[in-house]
Amino acid sequence: MRDLFGVVMLFGVYSLLTAILFMDLDAVDVAFTEAAVGAGVTTVLLLSSLRLTRRWEAPPRHNPLVSLLVVGVTGAALVYATLDAPLLGDPSAPVHKHVAPHYLQLAAEEVGMPNIVTAVLASYRGYDTFGETLVIFTAGLAVLLLLGFPEARKSRVASSAIGDQVVLKVVVKLLIPLILLYALYVQFHGDFGAGGGFQAGVIFATGLILYDMVFGGAVARGVIPASWLPRLAALGVLIYGGVGLISMLAGKPFLDYSALSTDPVRGQHLGVLLVELGVGITVFSIVLSIFHALSGRKPQS
Amino acid sequence: MSEIPGLFNYWVVVFLMMAGFYVVISQGNLVKKLVGLGLFQASVFILYITMGNLSGGQAPIVSQGVFIYSNPLPHVLILTAIVVGVATTAVGLALVVRIHEAYGTVEEDEIHARDMADDESLFEENRDGEESGR
Repeated sequence: MRDLFGVVMLFGVYSLLTAILFMDLDAVDVAFTEAAVGAGVTTVLLLSSLRLTRRWEAPPRHNPLVSLLVVGVTGAALVYATLDAPLLGDPSAPVHKHVAPHYLQLAAEEVGMPNIVTAVLASYRGYDTFGETLVIFTAGLAVLLLLGFPEARKSRVASSAIGDQVVLKVVVKLLIPLILLYALYVQFHGDFGAGGGFQAGVIFATGLILYDMVFGGAVARGVIPASWLPRLAALGVLIYGGVGLISMLAGKPFLDYSALSTDPVRGQHLGVLLVELGVGITVFSIVLSIFHALSGRKPQS
Repeated sequence: MSEIPGLFNYWVVVFLMMAGFYVVISQGNLVKKLVGLGLFQASVFILYITMGNLSGGQAPIVSQGVFIYSNPLPHVLILTAIVVGVATTAVGLALVVRIHEAYGTVEEDEIHARDMADDESLFEENRDGEESGR
């Protein structure tokens, strides 16, 4: 396919189908994230960079036979390896024997929340999640360094890239409050149902990206100035790390939330809530500033 | 052949992974390469979630009357990996945009050709400089 626009659209469809597959495999949180990120944000980012580069791909010059051979051999080796793999849904697979039973049996008592994914994410494996938040923060920083930090008074595009679409404007105006409200629900209800800081951050950013796309950058940037976003991202990481430091000051290990309250389970709950808030703020501001960096740039001919 | 339904997911994963791999190594367009990387990435996600699945299990949200839950650990790993994935893809896209500004193209062959031409002209200049210095 020479038209990259088609490639990007198909990639979005692929992500959405993957999300449905995750739903079928009982991974609701993951399905949620994939639908918001893969089908939503990634597509928008790819389209923004297509605008800056070129829509049509040059015809191929190489013979694909060598690559096909490499891919075929690797694929055959991998298929051979799967013959030893545990079957789908097999309860005696090694992956179900290690720490997972502990999480499933004791998470409700130790952390005090029904959604075990959130409990493991924010409490048991809080270090990992802190690392991942830092990775996202660093990646966002790298994009801003490559494409330039937002300036406070830059010549702003007053109108939207897709023109004045009345129907879209009305529909989007109705949808955006719902999207933002839903993001907040996902953020603060993540310990009981599917959701959490990562999803909420992405959904909140999606709402503002939609606003930006339909109403134009100048209006959308009036809601949250672009220069705030890097600071907000740093604030999110600081909230996460700060919770860890407080628990250290209270004489417990880094990110042991039971130090936050006299009742350990309440402390855990509070800690998870704060940490998820930090994650949500960072993810939201990084996604939005990446979008601004890519969409605010003028294409060079 | 009773393994086929149990292993089918892995084979789908291998197929998708190889499709992504093929795109990355054979396509010259940098944006397309990134899409191939995304394809590969998503296949790894499917692999992890497949391993976490348990027959007869439910989503790992504790509720009454449910005793078998899917393994939450792969879910946690992949959930964060997806968001990290979009952030790293964005870094790739930013690099592609800068490459396009510097070279005027996002085709690997043309970039390589321009690099070679630049190297050669630099080499010529150096040689000329040395000769005139003698």
